[in-house]
Amino acid sequence: MVTNEIGRKIPEEIKGIGKLKPYIGAFKTVPVGNRMAPNIACKKRGETKIINSLKKAVKKAGIRDGMTISFHHHLRNGDYVVAMVLDLLADLGIKNLTIAPTALFPVHKSIIKHIENGVVSSIQGSVNGPIGEISSRGVFDIPVVLRSHGGRARAIEAGDIKIDIAFIAAPSADNYGNLNGIDGPSACGSLGYTMTDAMYADKVIAITDHLVDFPLSPISIPQIYVDYVVKVDKIGDPKGIMSGTLEITKNPLRLIIAQRVVQAIEASGLLQDGFSLQAGAGGTSLAVTKFVGEKMEKRGIKGSFGSGGITGYFVKMLKKNLFNTLFDVQSFDLEAVQSLKINPNHLEMSASFYANPHNKGCLVNNLDTVILGATQIDSDFNVNVNTESDGLLLHGIGGHMDTAAGAKLTIIATPLLRGRMPIVVDKVITVTTPGETVDVLVTERGIAVNPARKDLIEKFRKAKLPIKNIRDLRNEACDLTGIPEEPQLADKIIGLVEYRDGTIIDVIRGVK
Amino acid sequence: MKKRLRRTALYIPGNDPSMIQNAGIFGSDSIVLDLEDAVSVDEKDSARLLVRNALKNINYGDTEVIVRINSLFTPFGKEDLEVIGRVHPDGIRLPKAESAQDIQEVDSFLSRIENEEGFEENSIKIMPSIESAIGLFNVFEIVRASNRVAVINFGAEDYTSDIGAERTKEGKELFDIRTRILLAARVVGIEVQDSVFAHAHDIEGLIRETKFIKQLGFDGKSVIHPAQIEPVHQVFTPTQEEINRAKRIILAIEEAKKRKSGVISLDGRMIDAPVVAKAHRILKYAQAAGVL
Repeated sequence: MVTNEIGRKIPEEIKGIGKLKPYIGAFKTVPVGNRMAPNIACKKRGETKIINSLKKAVKKAGIRDGMTISFHHHLRNGDYVVAMVLDLLADLGIKNLTIAPTALFPVHKSIIKHIENGVVSSIQGSVNGPIGEISSRGVFDIPVVLRSHGGRARAIEAGDIKIDIAFIAAPSADNYGNLNGIDGPSACGSLGYTMTDAMYADKVIAITDHLVDFPLSPISIPQIYVDYVVKVDKIGDPKGIMSGTLEITKNPLRLIIAQRVVQAIEASGLLQDGFSLQAGAGGTSLAVTKFVGEKMEKRGIKGSFGSGGITGYFVKMLKKNLFNTLFDVQSFDLEAVQSLKINPNHLEMSASFYANPHNKGCLVNNLDTVILGATQIDSDFNVNVNTESDGLLLHGIGGHMDTAAGAKLTIIATPLLRGRMPIVVDKVITVTTPGETVDVLVTERGIAVNPARKDLIEKFRKAKLPIKNIRDLRNEACDLTGIPEEPQLADKIIGLVEYRDGTIIDVIRGVK
Repeated sequence: MKKRLRRTALYIPGNDPSMIQNAGIFGSDSIVLDLEDAVSVDEKDSARLLVRNALKNINYGDTEVIVRINSLFTPFGKEDLEVIGRVHPDGIRLPKAESAQDIQEVDSFLSRIENEEGFEENSIKIMPSIESAIGLFNVFEIVRASNRVAVINFGAEDYTSDIGAERTKEGKELFDIRTRILLAARVVGIEVQDSVFAHAHDIEGLIRETKFIKQLGFDGKSVIHPAQIEPVHQVFTPTQEEINRAKRIILAIEEAKKRKSGVISLDGRMIDAPVVAKAHRILKYAQAAGVL
């Protein structure tokens, strides 16, 4: 065991994974070497890419035991493709696969049976909900490697993950493998997360329920990366793919938090011409997006861009010229899909463009402000988004650590208490995002500023924001709840939290 | 005790632990932990204990903490007083106040508790609510019945039902009770709060009604949803013009005092005591709203 920069004990090596590099600081790692490259391929004139069954396609792609296969999560909780592929591979008797999904949803619960029957033996990627829970109970011999969206793109480009076959759920495809996500019955908008998979996997199989005449237009994943196209009845359930209109929170507590976040952004001085913002699809984030939009409109501010997962609220801001551009790695609602289709300033971006720290400049570096959540935050401003207060691994990282590292102002917006549990703790169970990259915590009971940001403390004081020491917030929470007991954790390491630069920031232990 | 503003009094159901825990963070001047209408008969005991424990354990900071007990005509009212009085709320909101005797009964009850617990005498205020014809008929007696009476308010639903009026959103039927309790309050120099605006999502309607009651002279309003707080405070926030004029009035007074001049005028208008009092009041509201 070695102790990393933030005091977490990291094993030097893990069987099945190899030597680990301990975290040394958010901006310290200097990458060396070359990017990895997939096999050189060739399609001859007249050779078809259309394969009439998924079974034939996986055989042609050379599926065999022990391979790493990847999936993307743009179809969210409506996705049929992961289950379709794994059921088939199970029927074919394939074992011991590593799956590398960009994220998993409750709909992917059927993976559990494939873990139990030995088809899937390890996961490199986000594990959420039920899959996370069984991981916590120690179902895998090899720990899950959790990566952020940017970190995953980096790992693929650097060859840390070698994807043998990438499966791409394609809402629209032509017969020569051009793909997009904006048309068809299973339209999902951006295909940003899978672009890196398409470029770096040895074999790429597109699965579509909407085959159009060549050439598809527009093209978001071009034919040069795609080996085979398989037409199926349905790749997903539109109800699970797209939420309807996302609503801002009605919870008065969360509205207060959202208002405070907007005050903090304003007080920081960043809200001026050229402003850029990322906020997610949760009720509080939506409220922040809406309120910031209203403020910009009122003050006549012309922003630069909105980024990340894009919602209708961002689309409205684009339409009103409050932003020049939207950078969309994932489209959360129908308004976003529609906008991506018709508005030339609504751009699709890859995960690498979005957040990979080891390319020649990712978008998060251009970002002014990001609003993020937390399951826990500690007095060093380290944030946990992976494990719950009982130690269960229930959430993926998303772009959390990427945007926190990139943005000029990183705000964690969360209620001080969730149920009976304080969110501000002495030490987070799992460090996902290092405190070094977190500037402000906004709760309903006050705002805490990272002591390293003296400039912000001064600005917030001037703006008469309710600033409190993070330890005082912690005490205030404990006055209400009492001091919670620590969760009972096992010795077994069931997960590694890889920082975006490839170092290990923390390990996740199983629960008893 | 410091003089506080009472622009908003937020009702919090006395049987909802999460609301009770967070009651202080929405920014209302007062909170009213409700043991009466919000709590069904079979939950009266548990709500009483919950509210008692909240008062014992939760720090509500500068927020005025009021408990609405059950009417003394119910089997719960006295027990509410006995239990809640001992954890020293800032005030007891007494529903369905009908006579001076009602107030005196609560007064002597509280005096005994204050004495037994070693609390400062008369430190728990009484805030009667007029909800019936007889209550309104006796309102002058009610406000004069004890010097604990600090605020008077009314319940529009019960009152209109009792007098046989139609209850409308517009609220013309409340004009009489509003002006009469206001008058009673001003006679004894206490504060007066308006009834709730029940349409939680109609913020425009709320603002209209609040402007009207402010015009009548009310000090504030009970609210039933956190979203109603900010709009009411907005209405009670003086305009920059009002603030500037108030500042000039106070400056003129100070200068006149220095000059030992008896007659003071500003812009050709005489400044007398009520004008000065009003100027101080405007600045107080401005300060509370953070615009000073």
